[in-house]
Amino acid sequence: MSKHFSNTGSKLLSADLILTALKEAFVKLNPAVMVRNPVMFTVEVGTVIMIALCIILAVSPDESQGGLFYNLLITIILFLTILFANFAESIAEARGKAQAESLRKTRQDTPANLILKDGSISKIMSSELKKGDVILISEGEIIPSDGEIIKGIATIDESAITGESAPVIREAGGDRSGVTGGTKVLSDRIKVLISIEKGESFLDKMIMLVEGASRQKTPNEIALSILLSGFTIMFLIVTVTLEPFGRYSETPIALASLIALFVCLIPTTIGGLLSAIGIAGMDRALKANVIAKSGKAVETAGDIDTLLLDKTGTITIGNRKATKFYALNGFDEKVFTNYCALSSMSDETPEGKSIIELAGKTQPEIYKTRTEDLKIFKFTAQTRMSGVDMKDGTQVRKGAFDVISKLISDNGEPVPDTMVSIVKNIAEDGGTPLAVAVNGKAAGVIQLEDIIKTGIQERFKRLRKMGVKTVMVTGDNPLTAKFIANAAGVDDYIAEAKPEDKMNYIIKEQQSGKLVAMMGDGTNDAPALAQADVGVSMNSGTQAAKDAGNMVDLDNDPTKLIEVVEIGKQLLITRGAVTTFSIANDVAKYFAIVPALFVLSIPGLQLLNIMNLSSPQSAILSAVIFNALIIPMLIPLALKGVAYKPVGAEKLLARNIFIYGLGGIIVPFIAIKLIDIILTLLGVI
Amino acid sequence: MNTEILSPVLIIVVTFIIAVPLGKYIAKVFKGEKTFLDFFAPLENFIFRIAGTDPQKEMDWKENIKALLTINFLWFLWAIVILAFQNLLFMNPDNIIAMEPTQAFNTAVSFMTNTNLQHYSGETGASYLIQLIVFCFLQFVSAGTGIAAAALVFKALSNRSGSNLGNFYNLMLKSCTRILLPLAVIVALILIFNGTPVTFQGAEQVITLQGDTVSVARGPVAPMVAIKQLGTNGGGFFGPNSAHPFENPNYITNFTELASILIIPVAMIFALGYYLNRRKFSVMILSVMLLGFICLAASSIYFEMNGNPEIEKLGISQPLGNMEGKEVRFGPSLSALWGIATTSTSNGSVNSMHDSSTPISNLMQMLGMQLNAFFGGVGVGFINMFVFIILAVFISGLMVGRTPELFGKKIEAKEIKIAIIVALIHPLIILSGTALASHIWAASADPAVSLKWLNNPSFHGFSEMLYEFTSSGANNGSGMEGLSDNTPFWNIAAGIVMLVGRFIPIIGPVAIAGFISAKKFTPESAGSLKPDSVIFGVVLFSVILILGALLFFPGLALGPVSEYFSIMK
Repeated sequence: MSKHFSNTGSKLLSADLILTALKEAFVKLNPAVMVRNPVMFTVEVGTVIMIALCIILAVSPDESQGGLFYNLLITIILFLTILFANFAESIAEARGKAQAESLRKTRQDTPANLILKDGSISKIMSSELKKGDVILISEGEIIPSDGEIIKGIATIDESAITGESAPVIREAGGDRSGVTGGTKVLSDRIKVLISIEKGESFLDKMIMLVEGASRQKTPNEIALSILLSGFTIMFLIVTVTLEPFGRYSETPIALASLIALFVCLIPTTIGGLLSAIGIAGMDRALKANVIAKSGKAVETAGDIDTLLLDKTGTITIGNRKATKFYALNGFDEKVFTNYCALSSMSDETPEGKSIIELAGKTQPEIYKTRTEDLKIFKFTAQTRMSGVDMKDGTQVRKGAFDVISKLISDNGEPVPDTMVSIVKNIAEDGGTPLAVAVNGKAAGVIQLEDIIKTGIQERFKRLRKMGVKTVMVTGDNPLTAKFIANAAGVDDYIAEAKPEDKMNYIIKEQQSGKLVAMMGDGTNDAPALAQADVGVSMNSGTQAAKDAGNMVDLDNDPTKLIEVVEIGKQLLITRGAVTTFSIANDVAKYFAIVPALFVLSIPGLQLLNIMNLSSPQSAILSAVIFNALIIPMLIPLALKGVAYKPVGAEKLLARNIFIYGLGGIIVPFIAIKLIDIILTLLGVI
Repeated sequence: MNTEILSPVLIIVVTFIIAVPLGKYIAKVFKGEKTFLDFFAPLENFIFRIAGTDPQKEMDWKENIKALLTINFLWFLWAIVILAFQNLLFMNPDNIIAMEPTQAFNTAVSFMTNTNLQHYSGETGASYLIQLIVFCFLQFVSAGTGIAAAALVFKALSNRSGSNLGNFYNLMLKSCTRILLPLAVIVALILIFNGTPVTFQGAEQVITLQGDTVSVARGPVAPMVAIKQLGTNGGGFFGPNSAHPFENPNYITNFTELASILIIPVAMIFALGYYLNRRKFSVMILSVMLLGFICLAASSIYFEMNGNPEIEKLGISQPLGNMEGKEVRFGPSLSALWGIATTSTSNGSVNSMHDSSTPISNLMQMLGMQLNAFFGGVGVGFINMFVFIILAVFISGLMVGRTPELFGKKIEAKEIKIAIIVALIHPLIILSGTALASHIWAASADPAVSLKWLNNPSFHGFSEMLYEFTSSGANNGSGMEGLSDNTPFWNIAAGIVMLVGRFIPIIGPVAIAGFISAKKFTPESAGSLKPDSVIFGVVLFSVILILGALLFFPGLALGPVSEYFSIMK
C-alpha cells in the first residue's frame, strides 16, 4: 500500500487538522445541525436545561439541588460531552477533506485548448470547461478534466493520482480511452471529449461523502440510528419515571443528578462516534484510492457473496509467457528456436515479446536480427495465424493448433502424433500451445503459460473465509481455465467468456439472492457493471464503464475489490462494536449512580455501591466524566476501524463480544473508580 | 438429593420430555398435516360455516392482524356485557351481584388479553355462568389467539418469499380444538381424580369440627383450572387461586398444574424447530430460556428455603424456610418454583401468597414478567423472544461485518423500528403506570387515609405497585395482593396497560414477520452468522438481560432490593 499517499498519510493527525476540527466542533453546536444526531441532541437539551438551572441557582440558592458548584460541574461536563462528539465528527471530516484536497490539488485550474466548432482553438481555463467540450492536449500539458480520448494515442503520467511512476498508454477507441484530470501527457497529442460537468466529477462526489453535512446515511446506519433513538427514548422513560419514584420514597432527586443519569445511560459513545465511523470508512476507501459514488456502495461491498475477477492482471501476472520450445519432425532445437523468434519479430503482443525473450536467453544474437530482411505475415481475424517470410523463401507460421494443423494437412503433410500429444499435455497443464509450421510442415510447438501471482491463493482463501465466492473470468478454453482456477484456488470460472457471459452469470447469481461484485474497464463491461451490486471500474477504463459502476479504482488494480470488501465489513463491525461497548458501559454507570441517588434516605443501598465511591456527588460526577472522556478516547478506534479478521462469523462474533461486550462492562468500573479517586484527591467534591 | 430440590428438577425434566412430542404434534397442526385428532374437522368446519369464513383463505400479515383484532373486540364486548348484567342472568345460585363498571372493564380486558388479573374474587364476584361462558371460554380463545399469532410468525419464517402467513381464524380455532382442548381434558381428569370438584350446585353449608357453620364455595372448578394452567391464563375459580385446596388438592395436582404452566410455552419452541426444520435453532432458544429460568428459580428457591431474616431475628427457627403465605402441602421450594414459573410464563396463577415471599423472590418474579421471554405466555412467549432475536441479530450482524440477516432475510431499518417500539412499549407502560401511582400517592396529603391502596407503604408498597403494573403490562395477572386494587384508578389504569401490553407486542412482531416473509432470500455463506450457534445464544441472552434489567433496575432498586437490604441479617 506504500504507493497510496503515504506522504500525506503520516500528516493526517497534524496540529492543523486538530485546530480546524476544534473550530468545527463549536460550529456544529447549532441545534439545527445537532438535531441530525438525536442522541447527542438530547444531551444538548439537557445541557441547556442545566445552564438555566445554574442561572436560577446563582440567583436563588437551593441546597436540595446540590449546590451551584456541583451543578456547574455537571453542566460543563455535559457541554464537553457534546463538544467531544462534535470533535469526533469534525476530525473525521477534516481528515477526509485533507485526503480529498490532496487529490483535488492535482486538478487546479489549468489552461485548456478548446476546439471550437469551426476547428479553431481557443484558450480557456479548465474551470470553464463543460461536458461535451472537445480539447486538444499536447506533450507536456496537464489534462484539465476527466474525459475520453476521441483521437490519438499518448503516454500519460498518472502518478499524481495513482502514485505509480510508470507512464501508461491511453488511446482512442479501445477500452483504455479514459483520462483523468490532473494527469500529465508525456508524449504525443490527443483530442479529449470532456465527460463531466464541473463539480460532478467522482472526486467531487467522494468529497461529499466525507463531509458530514451533505453525507447520505447508509441503510445500516439508518437502522442503527433508529435503534439508538429507541434506546434514548427507553432511558428517557427510565429517568423521567424515577422522579416520582424518588418522591414516593421520600428521596427527592436533584435535577442535575437525573440529567446526569440520563446522559450516562443513553448511548452517547456510539451516538457521538457514529458519524465519524461512517466518514472514516469513506476515507479509508479514498486512501485505498477507490472513489465510491455512495456510502451505500462501500457498505454493500461488505455483504458481497460472489466476486467476478478477470483472470489477466488479477490472478495471473499480465499475460501468458512462452516457457518452452518443442522442436519436432527432425527440426534442430536451435534452428526451431530461431524460427520461433523470427516469426515473432514484429509481434507487439505480450506473447510475441515473451517468445523473443525466451529465445534470447539461449541465442542472444537474435536481438541483432535485421528486420528489413523479413516479410512479416500479420495476424488477422481471417487467417488466425502470424509469421514471417524470410529472404530465402522460408515461410514460418504459428497459431492455434487447429489452424496450423489445417495448414499442414492442406499442404499434404502429416500432422505428427507427437505434436498432438504435446499440444494435449500443454493444454492439460494449463498452458496454451502455439503450433508452428515451417514451409507447411509441422515444425514444433511453443508452450505459453500463465504465471499465477504469488500470494493470490492466500487472498482467495481469505475471501472464502469471509464467505465470498470467487469467479474467474477468462477468454481461455475450458481446459486451461480449469487448470488456472484450481491452481489459484478460485471457486468457479467462466471460460471462453464473452461480455454477455459475465452479465448472465451475475443475473443467475442475483436470482438466487446473492450480491455480486465485479470489476471492469471496457465499454462492453458497462451493462454488467451496472447490473452488479458493486461495480468497480478502472480509472483507465472507458467513460461508459465508469458511469455504469458505483466505484472507480484510481490504481487500476484488479485485486482492489478485496480491499473494498474488507473496508465495507470493517465499517459495520466498528459500528457494532462501539454500540455494544456503549450499552455494556451502562452496567457500571448504574452501580455508580443509582446508589448515589438514594443512599442518603435508603442507607441499605450503600451495598450496591460496589465500587465504593467516596460520595454520592463524586460518584455521579465520575460517571459523567467517564462518559464524556470515553468519546475522545475511542476516536482513534473510530477512525482506524476495528480490525477485521476473516475467521468465520461465529469466531469473529465471539472475539468482538469478548473485547467490546465484556470489556465494555469491566472498563468503566475501573475507570470510574479511578476518576473518583482523582476527584477525591484533588478535593473537588 | 433433597426432595425440596429434587421435585423442581423433576418437574422441569418431565415437562421437557413431554414437550418434545407435543412440539412435533403442534408443528403438524400448524402445517395442516394429518393428526390423530382429525375427527374434530367436521366440528371445526361447522363453526367456520356458521361464522362464514373460509379457513383456507390465504392472508397477509395485515389481514391476519385485522382478523385478530376484530374477533378480540367481539369477545371483549361479549364479556363486558355479561359481566355487567350477571345478576339478571341464570346459573347464579349464590345470587352474585353485577360488577361495577370499571371492574367489569378491567375483568373483560383482563380475560381477553390472557392476563386474568382478578380484581374480584371468583367465589363471590362471578356466577357459574360467567365462570363458564366468559372466563373459561376466554381462557381458551385468548390462549388460542396467542398460539395462532405465533403460528403466523412460524409461517413467515419458513417462507422463502411471498406474503401469505396463513389464516388466523383457522390457526386460532385449531389451536383451541387440537392443542388446548385435548390437553385440558387430560389435566382436568387428573384433577378430578384427585378431588377437584365439578358441580353446578351453589355453595355448601358445612358444620366444622368446632361446630361453626361455614359456607364452602364450589362449582365447575376442574375444567377451569386445567385451561387456566395450560393456556398461561392464570385466572382462578376461587380468589386464592391454586393455593385453594379445591383448585389444587395435593402434590400430584400441584405437579400436574406446575408442569401445565410450562408445557405449551416449551412445546411451542420445539414446534418451531420441527416447523422450520431447524431443530438446533429451537435448542438454542430453549437453552437461553432455560438458563434464564433457572437463574430466577434458583435464587427464589434459595431465599424461600432460607426463611425470613426478620423472623430469625425474633429467635424463631424456620426449619422449613419462609412459610408465611405458603400452603403446608407444597412448602417453600415448590411454592418458589411456581412463583417463577407463573411469572416468567405470563400465567399468573399462584399457589402461595406472593406478597409474603422474600424480597429477592419478589425481585425474581418481577424480573420474570419484565423480561417476559423465559418461556413466556403460550405463543406470545415465542413472539416476545422473536423481537429480542431480531435485535440480537442486528447487533451481532454488525459485529461480523454483514448486513444483519435472519434465515437469509435482511433485517433493515423498518424491522428495527418496529422491534424497538415493541421493546420500549413494555417499560413505558409499566414504568409510567407505576410513576403515575407513585406520584398520586406522594402528592396526596394523607394517602393512607385518602387512597388506602397500600397496607404496607415504604419499599414493599412500592414493590406492590410496580408488581401490579408489571403483571398487567406482561399480561401475567398475578398480584402481590397487598395492594387494594379494586378501585376505579387501578381498574382503568391496569386495564389500559393490559390492552397496550397485549396487542402492540402481537401486532409489531407479526408485522416484522410479514415484512421478512416478503423479502428477498439470500443463501447463507461462511460469512453469515448462524442463529443457532452458541455465541448467538450468548448475545441473545445479553440483549434480553440488558433490555430488561437495565430498564427496570432503578425501579427494582427502590422496591425489592431496598427491602432486602433493609431486612438483611
